[in-house]
Amino acid sequence: MTTQRITLTVNGMTHAIEVEPRRTLADTLRDQCGLTGTHLGCEHGVCGACTVIVDNQPVRSCLMFGIQAEGRSIRTVEGLADGATLSPLQQSFWDHHGLQCGFCTPGFLMLATWLLERETPIDEAELRHVLSSNLCRCTGYQNILKAVREAAKGLGKWVESAPA
Amino acid sequence: MKPAAFDYHAPLTPEAALALLATHGEDGKVLAGGQSLVPTMAFRLARPAVLIDINRIEALNFCRPEGEVLRVGALTRHARFETPVVTGPLGLLLADVVRNIAHTPIRSRGTMCGSLAHADPASEWCCTALTLGATLVAASTAGERLITAGDWFQSIFTTALQPNELLTEVRLPMLGSGWRCGFSEFNRRAGDFALAMAVVALQVEGGVIREARIGLGGVGATPILAAEAAALLVGQSPGEVVWSEAAERAATCFEPTEDINATPEYRRDLVRAVVKRALRKAVAT
Repeated sequence: MTTQRITLTVNGMTHAIEVEPRRTLADTLRDQCGLTGTHLGCEHGVCGACTVIVDNQPVRSCLMFGIQAEGRSIRTVEGLADGATLSPLQQSFWDHHGLQCGFCTPGFLMLATWLLERETPIDEAELRHVLSSNLCRCTGYQNILKAVREAAKGLGKWVESAPA
Repeated sequence: MKPAAFDYHAPLTPEAALALLATHGEDGKVLAGGQSLVPTMAFRLARPAVLIDINRIEALNFCRPEGEVLRVGALTRHARFETPVVTGPLGLLLADVVRNIAHTPIRSRGTMCGSLAHADPASEWCCTALTLGATLVAASTAGERLITAGDWFQSIFTTALQPNELLTEVRLPMLGSGWRCGFSEFNRRAGDFALAMAVVALQVEGGVIREARIGLGGVGATPILAAEAAALLVGQSPGEVVWSEAAERAATCFEPTEDINATPEYRRDLVRAVVKRALRKAVAT
C-alpha cells in the first residue's frame, strides 16, 4: 500500500493527509479528514448521496479520487451552517420536512446549494431536471422539491414557468 | 466497491502523458472525467495497473471554432455545452443533446472525448459524432492520426484507438446556417442510458431538403447511420409524410439489440418514434 502526502482544502480549512491514490474523494473526506457528513450510498455514481461541490461544480465524490482534489476548493455539508445557524436551504429542509431517514440529505443539500448559488433563475422544470440527479429511497421527493423551491423563493431565485 | 490499487501519474503536458502511455500502454489507462472508468474500477471490472490522469493538462482544455470545424479538447467537460459554444445550428444541437447525458453532477466531470473513447453504445456524443461526420485526433509519441468517426467506432466499448494513443481532440464540422438539427431519445427514467436515440441533420434550401443525415444510438454495438432513411428525405419538402417514410425506413435498417429492456420489435418502434421526433424538432428550431 503506497500512500501519498497531499493537502486538501475543505470548507476553507486545509487538511494535510496521507492517502492511497485508489481512495475516492468520498472515502478520503470521511476517513482521512474525519468529515463523515458526506454519505456513500451506491459507490458507483448512481445515487448522488456523496455529492459535494468542487471548484463551484457539483460532483459525485465517489467518482473522483481524493488525490485529484488537491489544490481544489471542496465544499461539504459540514460547511453549510454558520455555527448553530442553519443555511437558508437547510432551514427550508427543516421547515418543509425535506428529510425522512436523512441518508440522502447531504447529497441533496450540496446539489441544491449549487443550484441556488447559480446566477440563472430557477423554474419548476429546471428544479426537477437538476434534482433528478439524486435518489431518495424514502421516496420523499415532493418535500425535497418543496424545500428547495421555497428556499429559492426566499432567495429571490424563483420564476414561475411559462404556462404550457 | 473499492477500486484496486494502481500507480498514479498526473502529467502536466500532453507530451508527458504520451510518454507514459508509450511506457505503460497495455497496463495503463487514461483517466479523464472518470464517470465511466471509476465505477468500472469500483466494481473491479477494470483493474488498471497504472492510471494516467490527464485532468491537470491545461493544454487539452479547449473548445474553439477554427475554420470549418469546432475543435474540442480532451478536457472539455459535458457541462460546457449546456450553453451553445458556437452560434448557429451546431451550438444549438450540442446544447440540446448534452441535457440528455446522465445528470448535472456527471456532466460537470465527464468529458466529450472521454465518452468517445469509452464508446458506450448508448452514448449521445458517439451518436452525434458519427451523424455529423466528426474527425478524431489520436496522438502518440510517434505523432498524430486523424480518424473519421465512421472508422472510429468498431464494436461495443471498442474504438480504433491504440493502447499507446491518447484521444486529444475531436473536430466537429461547423454547420452552416442552412443546416437544421434535432435530437430525441427514449429512456425509462431521467438520465438513464437511452433505449434508442436519433440525431438528425438537414440542409434545407428554398424549402427543399438538399442533404440529410440520420444517426441512431443505443440500438446496437455502435452508433449507426441510417443512410437509406436519410436518402429518402433528399429533394423533399419537410413534413409529416416524409418524416414517417424516413422513420419507417430507419426502423428496419438495423438488427436491434435484444436485452432485458427491449425486444427487437419494441426497439424498432422506439426508433420510429425518436427519428420522427428528432426530424420535427429539426424544422421547429
